[in-house]
Amino acid sequence: MRIVNLLKIAYRSLSKNKLRVLLTMLGIIIGVASVIAMLAIGEGSKQNIQASVSSLGTNSVMIYPGSSNMGGVRMGAGSHSTLTIKDVEAITAKCEYVTDVSPVVQRSSQIIAGNQNWHTNVIGAYGQYFSIRNLTISSGVGYSTTDEKVAAKVCIIGLTVSTNLFGAGTDPVGKYIRINSIPFKVIGLLDKKGQNTFGQDQDDIIIAPFNTVQKRMLSTIYLNSILASAKSEKDIDKAKEQITSIIRTEHRLTPATEDDFTVRSQADIANIFGSISNIMTILLASIAGISLIVGGIGIMNIMLVSVTERTREIGIRMAVGAKGRDVLIQFMIESVFISILGGLIGIVLGILISVLVGRFGGWPVVITPTSILLSFLFSSAVGIFFGWYPARKAAALNPIDALRYE
Amino acid sequence: MEASRSLISVKDLSRTYKMGEIEFYALRGVSLEIQKGDFAAVMGPSGSGKSTFMNLLGCLDHPTGGSYFLDGVDVLKLSKNQLAELRNQKIGFIFQSFNILARTSAIENVELPMLYNNKLNTKERKEKAMAALKSVGLADRADHLPSQLSGGQQQRVAIARSLVNDPVVIMADEPTGNLDTRSSYEIMDIFQQLNEKGITIIMVTHETDIAQFARTNILFRDGQIVSNVPVTERKFAKEELPKLPEINPREVLT
Ligand SMILES: Nc1ncnc2c1ncn2[C@@H]1O[C@H](COP(=O)(O)OP(=O)(O)OP(=O)(O)O)[C@@H](O)[C@H]1O
Ligand SMILES: [Mg+2]
Repeated sequence: MRIVNLLKIAYRSLSKNKLRVLLTMLGIIIGVASVIAMLAIGEGSKQNIQASVSSLGTNSVMIYPGSSNMGGVRMGAGSHSTLTIKDVEAITAKCEYVTDVSPVVQRSSQIIAGNQNWHTNVIGAYGQYFSIRNLTISSGVGYSTTDEKVAAKVCIIGLTVSTNLFGAGTDPVGKYIRINSIPFKVIGLLDKKGQNTFGQDQDDIIIAPFNTVQKRMLSTIYLNSILASAKSEKDIDKAKEQITSIIRTEHRLTPATEDDFTVRSQADIANIFGSISNIMTILLASIAGISLIVGGIGIMNIMLVSVTERTREIGIRMAVGAKGRDVLIQFMIESVFISILGGLIGIVLGILISVLVGRFGGWPVVITPTSILLSFLFSSAVGIFFGWYPARKAAALNPIDALRYE
Repeated sequence: MEASRSLISVKDLSRTYKMGEIEFYALRGVSLEIQKGDFAAVMGPSGSGKSTFMNLLGCLDHPTGGSYFLDGVDVLKLSKNQLAELRNQKIGFIFQSFNILARTSAIENVELPMLYNNKLNTKERKEKAMAALKSVGLADRADHLPSQLSGGQQQRVAIARSLVNDPVVIMADEPTGNLDTRSSYEIMDIFQQLNEKGITIIMVTHETDIAQFARTNILFRDGQIVSNVPVTERKFAKEELPKLPEINPREVLT
């Protein structure tokens, strides 16, 4: 039996049943496409979160007031007031694993420039804050230690603030703004950073010297947080330990009392969000998996029905001399063709959906080869198995039983 | 057992159908010799086992007991694949319900048996199929689908299909069962021509006038052969066809 003849037989059979072929393929197409799209969305958001978290500064260590076992990560202003500038000085003096240390205070303020006004957070921090957070200045300069010492009324603003106060494209450097009625000179403009994963606009920011903000705008000695950066990635854990013991000494905590502050590294936060995005990926993957299984059931269904309805055809073929093997090979060729073509269309469609979601949904997508391979193999296997299994059953019948089959 | 000189030699053939606990004896020890070049009509009441017998002769089914030699081959010793080859090479089977592939043109249906052996190339296959269609008078319908053909024409496609591999025997189970007299006689004409060329034919029929086109008549009753006699007043389709009353379509309609 020449394979060419069987190819011809399979080709004739496929071309005579276009609708059936299409329906079977549809199951495979949908299964493959949905898995690829789901996993691309999951993987995309995961990578996006990682990028956002690392934009906090790779080696940075954050110290927040309040103990850590009262809840997760504290991103907002501390409701507990325990950290002071003394802690910053102590860390600067004693901790050998950190390079830069800066206190952070912030206040939400009304900003006025000419007849424009804007509302945003004003952050008071040392000049080191910029290097810890990887912030760079696109125009103008950062502030000097003198500015810090004399509590100069100078500030550096983000692009969003600049655009809203002075209009797009205008260089704000040298202009004056009023923060809560106090006039400040703009001496620098930050490089654009865009939105982070949580939808925060990282350019909607004003940074002024720590002393200026604390003394002129706030009436408290407590800090919102302390930011430091470890010497290198491998020093992060040692830095955390040392900072903890320094602040405990500073706060005169007995060994029995809990920390009244929390030390976290950028890596810790990355881990937390990493696990959140892992959960999300698992969720999406299981939805995709379900759709693949449903797709698989669809494939089975159509394959079983079509082979069953073709039992009579198998009987006719056997009556004129087809061997069981010939029938099987014919069905295998048909199933392989349907599965592979359906799989390829599904891959194209899945990539297309992912790209569209990325473009119009504003959702980051990353298409992984693993997801393509996985979904393709699974649905092909289902298609081939359920094309082959009923055909094998039919081919094992006596020709007359296959012919009589109702 | 000594090899028989007959084309078909059947001894004590039986077939029981199991339906749950009950065993039904459809064939009870049938013995029959059919010589090369014979044209046998198998008759008998409904349920007497004619189809069961034909399916066994056509190697479409397995007997429960007995022996069956076809052209000197002990059929019951063959494997499934060898049986398939035997059906492909030596037997042409024609069914009452035509059993041609739907949505498949007449010529492709006729080509089918040749696709399951490796004797001819595409061109030779096409020519052979066309010749077979021509011999049953359907050369102009080669590309028609079964749904575009009448019952008689579909049966002639099935006959063409049974011919293409040059079988030694054609087995037909009520080939004219679904056809009118004229179509039936046309098929008898084809059968008689084939028989003249030396092809052995075994045919089941309910109609006595059809049976008279054969050379011998075999009568079945309750799963056994009760008589096997030569036809005395044999009819010839060539002579009978012109005698049929011509139906004028206009008269029928009004
Ligand atoms: N697959 C089967 N299972 C059970 N019983 C069967 C089967 N096939 C046939 N029979 C029984 O065997 C008997 C013989 O059937 P068979 O089809 O050979 O009759 P037949 O002579 O061809 O009848 P008809 O002239 O009506 O076609 C019948 O009584 C039938 O009920
Ligand atoms: Mg019958």
